[in-house]
Amino acid sequence: MASTIVEARGVTKDFGTIQAVKGVDLSIAPGELFGLIGHNGAGKSTLFKMMLGLIPVTSGTIHLDGEPITGPRFRETRRKIGYLPENVVLYDNLTGLETLYFFADLKAVPRRECAGLLDKVGLAEAASRRVREYSKGMRQRLGFAQALLGQPRLLFLDEPTTGLDPGAIRDFYRILRELRDEGVTMVLTSHILAEIQERVDRLAIMEGGQIRATGTVQALREAMNLPLTLEIAGGAGLREQVARALEGLAIEGIFDAGSVLHIRLARDAKMPALTRLATLGDTLRDLHVREPSLEDVFFGYRN
Amino acid sequence: MLSIDFRQIGIVAGKEFWDRIRNRWVLAVSIVFTVFALVIAYFGAAQQGAVGFRSIDVTIASLVSLVIYLIPLIALILGFDAIVGERERGSLDLLLTLPITRKELILGKYAGLGGALAFSTIAGFGAVGVILSPSLSLGALFHYIGFMASAILLGFAFLSLAVMLSVFAADRTRASGLAIGTWFFFVLVFDLLILGALVVTAGEYGGAVFPYLLLLNPADVFRILNVFSLDEVRTLYGLATVFPEALSNPATLGGVMLAWIVGPLAVAIWRFER
Repeated sequence: MASTIVEARGVTKDFGTIQAVKGVDLSIAPGELFGLIGHNGAGKSTLFKMMLGLIPVTSGTIHLDGEPITGPRFRETRRKIGYLPENVVLYDNLTGLETLYFFADLKAVPRRECAGLLDKVGLAEAASRRVREYSKGMRQRLGFAQALLGQPRLLFLDEPTTGLDPGAIRDFYRILRELRDEGVTMVLTSHILAEIQERVDRLAIMEGGQIRATGTVQALREAMNLPLTLEIAGGAGLREQVARALEGLAIEGIFDAGSVLHIRLARDAKMPALTRLATLGDTLRDLHVREPSLEDVFFGYRN
Repeated sequence: MLSIDFRQIGIVAGKEFWDRIRNRWVLAVSIVFTVFALVIAYFGAAQQGAVGFRSIDVTIASLVSLVIYLIPLIALILGFDAIVGERERGSLDLLLTLPITRKELILGKYAGLGGALAFSTIAGFGAVGVILSPSLSLGALFHYIGFMASAILLGFAFLSLAVMLSVFAADRTRASGLAIGTWFFFVLVFDLLILGALVVTAGEYGGAVFPYLLLLNPADVFRILNVFSLDEVRTLYGLATVFPEALSNPATLGGVMLAWIVGPLAVAIWRFER
């Protein structure tokens, strides 16, 4: 098995005089749940489409499981791939089951897989209803079932949770975790950063056609060196005691947030600060260390 | 370059064909054909002051006028959406990540839609043929079958044009506009242009070329195929004398029709693969 399942080298894409993707290198390991984030126009959709072989690269190479997606062995390569496009509208006049049959036939997957997949995404009851009658969330789940046909080794999911309610989003990520346990690699895009920050293994931040940073969410936070926030609850005179205890450390500010005190401090001041706060004893009732959100990291890289 | 997998073509064609059966498109078009054909068979000779079925030649001549309007329109409506519709829904990207080539997708779409159109034509006009059969001689029946076959080819030619438009058009609205424009051009405008040119030049320049210009319009090819194969109509229209012998050959005309089917489809595939 190759050590990377998605391998992009020096990929660029020109649309006329506009360069939408500028020399992207990206390696994704088998079994990773990988997030690709960026605002509209950052080039992530273009990169996504090139990885899927929907549009040709201007220069550079992309290999999926060691094979170019448009090469002579494209049929075998594509059988290993599942794809859920953003906002896909499937065929209104087919039932859910018939929809899966059609895609199963094209993928040369036995039709008997289809009913089980509908069950997996929670559509077993609606299998014989026409897609016309499906809600937006049900259509999205049907699209997801379609992507899972033939037990793909590699899943591309473009804004997969659009239109899903919170319960369905939980179910969706539960299925993704099960798939990861089975060794499936997943590449997903999302603009809801809070949703994916605790759920992906690694992510890449795209901006202006380039990948600005790649890594785990924690690694990106550390690389950005964004300040942390300590949230402290305690008794009377807390603010004065805390200020005295932390004197001389790299504190950016102390704010009252209701009954809780928020202290913003540099990342490398965390351990010294905690050591000193521990000496305050019973004055402290509770303490949380809050990491910057993925959103903070994202905007940090943009600016 | 890439091999063709006929199984994939068959899967797409099967879906398109059954879609048209299920949404009753085939049924509706068949009924339209049957009703129009019956009306024409019984009242088509009213201009000559008689009602009722007279002869197969006159009936076919009247049906040709109907089919020339109707079949191109139906074929264009059937096909304009084929590719651009999938693109607008977002399902095209999905299809293209499956183990199917662009060529197979277009050929599958074309085969499925063409099958639905051919099926409707055979069912609709065939029903009339069965109704008329007691009063038809073997030769007349042969003529009628020839008419149906050429009507199917006419449908295929305009379906091919429709699929080509569907590949080029940026969205469904533009594709439908192009389809209507195509219908107007080939069915209404083209003959007028040729006639106008003939009148303006008073037949002095290139008069011999004009009959061949008709081959640039599949609707005219269909008309020639049918009208000039009917003895009664040839004399009726008084056209036999002005028409070059080479163009009266059904094989030649069939070849031209085939070119009209293959040509636009080939352009569609070429463009779609880019």
